Amino acid sequence: MTALAISGLTKRHGGRAALDDVSLAIDAGQFVALVGPSGSGKTTLLKSINRLVEPDAGVIALEGRDVRQVPLAELRHGIGYVIQSIGLFPHMTVAENIGIVPKLMGKGGEDRSAELLELVALPAEMASRYPRALSGGQAQRVGFARALAARPKLMLMDEPFGALDPVTRDALGQAYRGLHERLGLTTLMVTHDIAEALLLADRIVVLIEGRIRADGTPAQLLAHDDPDVKAMIDVPRRQAERLAAL
Amino acid sequence: MSPALAEALAELPALIRAHLLLSGAAVAIGVAVGLPLAIVATRRRAVRTPLLAFAGLVQTIPALALLALFYPALLILGQATGLPIPALGFLPALIALSLYALLPILRNGIAALQGIDAGVIEAADGLGMTRRQRLTMVELPLGASVILAGIRTAAVWTIGAATLATTVGQLSLGDLIFSGLQTENWVRVLAGCGAAAALALVVDALLALVEAGLRRRSRWRVRLGLGALAAALVLAFLPLAGGGGAAPGNGRVVVIGAKNFSEQYILASVIERRLQAAGYRTERRDNLGSTVAYQALANGDIDVYVDYSGTLWGNILQRTDTPAPQAMLDTLTGELHRRDGVLLMGGLGFENAYALAMRRQRAEALGIRSLADLTRAAPQLQLGADLEFLTRPEWRSVQGRYGLAFAGQRSFSPTFMYRAIADGSADVITAFSSDGRIAALDLVTLADPRRALPSYDAVLLVTATRAGEPRFVEALRPLLGAIGVERMRQANLMVDRDTDKRTPAEAGRWLDAGQR
Repeated sequence: MTALAISGLTKRHGGRAALDDVSLAIDAGQFVALVGPSGSGKTTLLKSINRLVEPDAGVIALEGRDVRQVPLAELRHGIGYVIQSIGLFPHMTVAENIGIVPKLMGKGGEDRSAELLELVALPAEMASRYPRALSGGQAQRVGFARALAARPKLMLMDEPFGALDPVTRDALGQAYRGLHERLGLTTLMVTHDIAEALLLADRIVVLIEGRIRADGTPAQLLAHDDPDVKAMIDVPRRQAERLAAL
Repeated sequence: MSPALAEALAELPALIRAHLLLSGAAVAIGVAVGLPLAIVATRRRAVRTPLLAFAGLVQTIPALALLALFYPALLILGQATGLPIPALGFLPALIALSLYALLPILRNGIAALQGIDAGVIEAADGLGMTRRQRLTMVELPLGASVILAGIRTAAVWTIGAATLATTVGQLSLGDLIFSGLQTENWVRVLAGCGAAAALALVVDALLALVEAGLRRRSRWRVRLGLGALAAALVLAFLPLAGGGGAAPGNGRVVVIGAKNFSEQYILASVIERRLQAAGYRTERRDNLGSTVAYQALANGDIDVYVDYSGTLWGNILQRTDTPAPQAMLDTLTGELHRRDGVLLMGGLGFENAYALAMRRQRAEALGIRSLADLTRAAPQLQLGADLEFLTRPEWRSVQGRYGLAFAGQRSFSPTFMYRAIADGSADVITAFSSDGRIAALDLVTLADPRRALPSYDAVLLVTATRAGEPRFVEALRPLLGAIGVERMRQANLMVDRDTDKRTPAEAGRWLDAGQR
């Protein structure tokens, strides 16, 4: 079943096309990585879905409904959103941060912070702490818990592991992949890290200069013959070979 | 305790109350207007730039000038709209101070909202907060301490600048400072400054407590700080709302005006005593500028004050001729009544003329007795004038008739003008003929054979609405022709001298006792 259908998406910044007639269909339950060099339009594509960016042309349908027909707040409450800078509210406790979307939806009654903290493998006593007392990895785990609090089906993630150290990054990536399976989520993740995309995603979409250049499983991508795509994929492969040769 | 200190302390509670109300209201308006403007300006650059430029411009206008500008502005507005807009007192002071409070609130408000981490804003939007939710749940709480720092700055500035509200006839701690400066009563000046500074420090400390409370999320700090501020404002407001309670049925409180020198304070206190004896409740508006005082009377903002015929002749009627004293009084009586319905009751019995004066020794050494003699000596002499004289028609008239050209000329407030001639930094000053310091400093006034200076009989002026009130007019009538120049000089000297100083109220009692 198609969870997200994008067709003819176009967005211009000044004279340059950030997105040029992009069409993409994502099935429910898929974990899609959106990769490409800086400025290729991947963040613009992601933000068009929850309408943080308004495209110049094209239609985006979420479970069959045009996102422009859904009231903005309702649309965003229903989509999990995780970003590189995390963006926890510094004046709220961890529990208040996690509970914010249910509260905005008027369902602030029950405190599910313990359950959600457990979901992201954080101890329950963290609930009363403020964000400044958390490490980077802990903070992003809270970021995930906050995004998941209203039980969204779709997760939009923009470089979610980008600000973390390599060990934390790997651990959190694996942990999220587990949540994706367990909760039956549909995930669209922007990353510039090809290795991360290859290791976590079911499907990789390569954007270059606002157009889709390649779209396939990690295995298909590894065998792709487009020279630009090949050059991108070769980086982690060569690094792996050099590491193996040490 | 010295009587001057006792008197200053007795006035203090009422002045602090008025001062607190005025600055509290001004800061409240500054916040109520500044904060929404800061929110709009943060979102729209097209609003932000001109707004900050405007607020910055207001800030460059000296507070004293800003206050003075609102008096004529409100007067014109009142005349144009026909609405009873009070141009004197609380309203002009409030508007000017609110404008003054605006800049720090606006600037910090914009800085606070713009300074919020972009990631936090993106998260707020991405999680589906509406603009209003983002503002109230994220931006304002996060910006609160910077916004509050702006309010603190505004509060301290406003409490300081509110002392200047005295010049537009609003009661404030400035009353002590201004009258103290004029009469060289440093106890009053210190009491006024000290009280204003203490008030500013206390308010700043309470706001700092609120700020710390917001930063540390400590409810008791926020509550204690806000509670104390609110309690102070309520206390300041209550006695006014409750009313004085004295002499009900006497109608509106009589407002007595005075300009900014000792003689005016003394005469105002004499008038006040007479009216109180007749059963009126009274209020004072001291330290009014020369033209402000008359306009205020014409507009009904004050009910009665003493002015001088030559001043009214030049400033109000814009005349430059110098008729004989009685002819001038008759014309003034008719003209002021015709123009503004003002009643000129008559002269008090003495003149307070501008008179050029020199130290006796110096005048005799140079052989100067009159302004005509001064013509040849002037190029070697320094003139010390009061703040108004050099811009008044009388100065043009003196220059025209005697061709006076001094080596240099400087303006002083009256107190310092007399100091200047005493210490020799001025050779000639524009003294006032009823001033006790003429005798005290052994000065001679120079004769005016060509009648360049008009006469300056002290006259009692009553506003139109009181002119038809017999009890009011009769209460003041005994003062007409009753105060000779010698007694006035003595009363002035009691207040102005350095030793055994008396307060204007004491001098007024002494002066009035001589009439009965």
